[in-house]
Amino acid sequence: MFRYVVKRLLLMIPTLFGAAVLIFLLMRAIPGDICYLRLAAGGGTVAPDVLRICRAELGLDQPLIAQFLTFIKGLVTFDFGKSMWTNRPIIEEIGLRFQLSLQVAIMATLTAILIAIPLGTISAVRQNTWIDYFVRTFTIAGIAMPSFWLGILIILGILITSKAWFGVAWMPPIRYVPLWEDPWYNLSMLIWPALATGYRYSAVATRMTRSALLEVLREDYVRTARAKGLYEKLVINRHALRNALLPVVTVLGIEFAFLMGGLVVTEQVFNLNGLGKLFVESVLNHDYQMTQILVMLVVAIFAFTNFVVDILYAWLDPRIRYTR
Amino acid sequence: MASTETASATVIEDIPRRPTILATLGAFSRENPLGACGGFIVIVMIVMAFFAPWLTSYDPTANDFGAMLAPPDGDHFLGTDQFGRDLLSRIIYGARTALLVGFVSSFVGCFLGLILGVTSAYFGGRFDLLFQRVMDVFMAFPLIILALAVVAIFGTGVQNVIIAITIPVIPRAARIVRASALAIREMPYVDAARANGFSHSRIIFRHMMPNVMAPFLIILTAQVGQAILIEASLSYLGLGVQEPIPAWGLMLRGGAQEYAESAPWVAIFPGLAITLAVFGFNLFGDALRDWLDPKMKT
Amino acid sequence: MKFKTSLLAVPLAAALAVAGLANPAVAQTPKKGGILKFVVPDEPPSFDGHKETTFALIHPIAPFYSVLIRPDSADPSNSSKFECDICTEMPTSTDGGKQYTFKIRKGLKFHDGSPLTSADVLATFQRIIFPKEGISSARKAQMSMVESVTAPDAETVVFKLKRPSGAFIPALAAPFHFIYSKAKLDADPRWYEQNVMGSGPFIFDIREAGARVTGKRNPNYHHAGQPYIDGFEAIFAKTQTLRVQAIRGDQAVIEFRGFPPKSRDDLVAALGKDITVQESDWNCVLLITPNHEKKPFDDARVRRALTLAVDRWGGAPALSKIAIVKAVGGIVFPGHELAATKEELQQIAGYGPDITKSRDEARRLLKEAGVSNLKFTLTNRGVDQPYTIVGTWLIDQWKQVGIEVTQKVESTGPFYAQLNSGAFDVTLDFNCQSVVNPLSDTAKFLPSDLAGDQYGRFKDPKLAELHDAMNGTDDVKQQRTLMRQYEKRVLDEEAHNFISLWWYRIIPHRTYLKGWKAGPSHYFPNQLDQVWLDK
Repeated sequence: MFRYVVKRLLLMIPTLFGAAVLIFLLMRAIPGDICYLRLAAGGGTVAPDVLRICRAELGLDQPLIAQFLTFIKGLVTFDFGKSMWTNRPIIEEIGLRFQLSLQVAIMATLTAILIAIPLGTISAVRQNTWIDYFVRTFTIAGIAMPSFWLGILIILGILITSKAWFGVAWMPPIRYVPLWEDPWYNLSMLIWPALATGYRYSAVATRMTRSALLEVLREDYVRTARAKGLYEKLVINRHALRNALLPVVTVLGIEFAFLMGGLVVTEQVFNLNGLGKLFVESVLNHDYQMTQILVMLVVAIFAFTNFVVDILYAWLDPRIRYTR
Repeated sequence: MASTETASATVIEDIPRRPTILATLGAFSRENPLGACGGFIVIVMIVMAFFAPWLTSYDPTANDFGAMLAPPDGDHFLGTDQFGRDLLSRIIYGARTALLVGFVSSFVGCFLGLILGVTSAYFGGRFDLLFQRVMDVFMAFPLIILALAVVAIFGTGVQNVIIAITIPVIPRAARIVRASALAIREMPYVDAARANGFSHSRIIFRHMMPNVMAPFLIILTAQVGQAILIEASLSYLGLGVQEPIPAWGLMLRGGAQEYAESAPWVAIFPGLAITLAVFGFNLFGDALRDWLDPKMKT
Repeated sequence: MKFKTSLLAVPLAAALAVAGLANPAVAQTPKKGGILKFVVPDEPPSFDGHKETTFALIHPIAPFYSVLIRPDSADPSNSSKFECDICTEMPTSTDGGKQYTFKIRKGLKFHDGSPLTSADVLATFQRIIFPKEGISSARKAQMSMVESVTAPDAETVVFKLKRPSGAFIPALAAPFHFIYSKAKLDADPRWYEQNVMGSGPFIFDIREAGARVTGKRNPNYHHAGQPYIDGFEAIFAKTQTLRVQAIRGDQAVIEFRGFPPKSRDDLVAALGKDITVQESDWNCVLLITPNHEKKPFDDARVRRALTLAVDRWGGAPALSKIAIVKAVGGIVFPGHELAATKEELQQIAGYGPDITKSRDEARRLLKEAGVSNLKFTLTNRGVDQPYTIVGTWLIDQWKQVGIEVTQKVESTGPFYAQLNSGAFDVTLDFNCQSVVNPLSDTAKFLPSDLAGDQYGRFKDPKLAELHDAMNGTDDVKQQRTLMRQYEKRVLDEEAHNFISLWWYRIIPHRTYLKGWKAGPSHYFPNQLDQVWLDK
């Protein structure tokens, strides 16, 4: 087991390195120089000396390979440097936004679990009945509906219902306050984006629960259990569901990792100051350093989630340790 | 090249008797009522895109300040937007944009993925290992992030949106195709082809590729819906298709939210169009998967 | 019952509206206390006012600083009235209009307790007018008439000009000219990019990246009794709908840039007398600039056809319902004494009373130039209000003379990068100035070799001559005549640039906000030292 963990851990290195190379090159391929953008953003011309000094400060006058090595060195030593746009430490820029994105991701995951496990189970157990068709339609619709549109509809719904019920239109707060400072205020802001993304997320997870459970239900030990005359509910709960959970956990894990950086559009709808919005802004501002660090953060979360899932698999199913 | 005729001829002989297309369709819909429903939506969309000028008398880009934000009525079935443009007509023409982006990007992306995936599986060994690592890297990037970076490089507009969506599709298709191709590589007929001294490209293109068509078609249909969603997201962010081109995601931008309360039709119908279209493609794709690949049936 | 209340409500609302219009400082004694929350559409890239040009810096950061002079806060739309902030009185020029001597107040203190003297004012303006290598100063060119700045003693600052200039005082009053501490600048000339330390009505408190900036009351502020509020919170919110909703839900009191009419109507409908609306013409205009170096825009006939196709009189009433634009005007701020009258405007291409005639002419010109089915790309800025809305409208206008236009939208950075490098066909640029000062505002239309922000890439010595002549005379009548010639040459004869519509500023705010008046610029007044909350 230990050898497998080490081997699997080492496998993360090429992925992370490759991601670093890719995002570094992508950023450099974007036409336009950050110094120029920062200095000429309001129009007019920029003095050449100002431009030269700015470039030197950001290290953009160095050869590409040297810039890349600095970037890698920073990653390895966890020294993330400064945002090229605001010139502030990236840790400071990310701090609050990370908190927010993490909370939305967790809340969306909880929403997804609460919806997916019961729906997926019932749909698998009652396969090809009207309830199964309903669940399948519900999930496919969840995957089809853009979460930003759902977000717009939620806001519209809140406006209309609050106006009808209380006489005044109520809006979720627009400024983020950490959960422990004011839980009510915090939740009244973040519950909506969590629902909007949670729906799509739960749709994916429901499908996975359903298909994993169907597969397990066909396995021998479940048939045996059934044949032994075990009460149906017990079979599902104790035997089938537990074994079907693994692929569901995988999907949840991967989706969670993507939510951390991929909420780009939903954050726009709800005006959330999260990592996704920061990502769009830093790409548009050509903030190389910030974008690189953000992408590496998302990729690292993704790679780590995958790692945990794989280890979990290996732990539960010893065959994997040897075959892979 | 000339000797391939015999190969394909034998393949045709193997098929007992070709059922009529209509009968196949009938069987398909009886077996997959949901899939048939999806197929119907897809066909409606294609018809809308092709016959747009005959389906509506309004120019989708013509401003009409006499009918700004008009509610749905006999003149404008779905109402108008803030420029007085007919929403129905914009949605119908929007199907063109959605289908163009959806089909071109997923077809090109899946096709490149097909070539890469099969090639990688065929050669195996170090090449395959390296290829797998590269795919890992791409897969670790959230789709929208990769698409955004590509848009930042090439700029906005329909063409660039297609490029931006195509690139993330490639590794996703390649990975799935590779998995099926690995199994085919071990098949006797591939060994035989190799023993006959056929060139690598010939084996890849003539022998392996036709046999991974099922997973290819499955991923292709699945990606069309996905591509339409990403195009809508990019356009909504203002980084995709630009005004005045009719595009569903773009129609939800700006005005749709500003006027949502007093003119909800502006916010509702384009979103409904996106959802229905993706819904249709997904249902159809699911059914196609069940039908083409019974092993994967759930 | 219902009848009664509505009867009562009408005169009450009318009375309130009148109270809202009258100068609040005269009408009521300001109340003290409260936190002013307001929304800002964007976050500034740095805190350095000397370097930045965006209103997104002014709204959250200006309250931390003092300036030397500022537009009259009681009458912000008057472009010739200025008042002292840290000086004692507005000086009159000496040496034939070439020298201005400012006396600085005594006992001024920065927020860190250090004294503010003429040395700090001197260091500030030297940094703005004569920046050292590596320091970027956005308004260096506007201050180019200054020959030297000196501080003969601790309370005196003297500006010597190269030549007399009516543009000096308005330029000096730019709200970006924050007074910095010499000690801080000496230690690190770029300290102010990341830090805030001024002598203004509020002391910098918290900055949350991407979320908000807050300030608390400066108890030692030099204007006695001010500021009235205990502090402010500037909340960054990119989405316009949410900014409107924030005001509606009382999460914010105001946004200082401007909302489109629809948002105003929604707020008024929802909140009634709790909302007060201030409106003003805005010293900002969207202009269309063809790239003269790209064919066929080197041909004046093609450029004229572009402006002839645009129905300004017909578009204005409709667009003013959905965008923050309203007035049809020439190159001068509408309503200003130098601005063209309606009759004068109608003589200019594209302003004619008969749009059908204009469009026929446009088609004829295009045909003559051999580009009957012209296609081009309009490079626009990725900001909805009013850029992409006006852009979409223009594309429809051009379509009506058979021109096919694709819109290419870029975020602010790349947008200017393309304008500067000439990588565009036609662009929608803007001229946005703080103090209304047409003589210097119209410098925007000078040829590219003379104006840094003219993106048309052309030379036109005659145009430059007209502008010089106009600035060289004190006679308003003569200025007016020259301005007409200048305008005609820019918009019509050469059609180097042409105007779409002038912006219109609509500020709906909570009625309990008092002591703030909307002027023709979203760059001020914004020190917030005179506002108070009637709660």
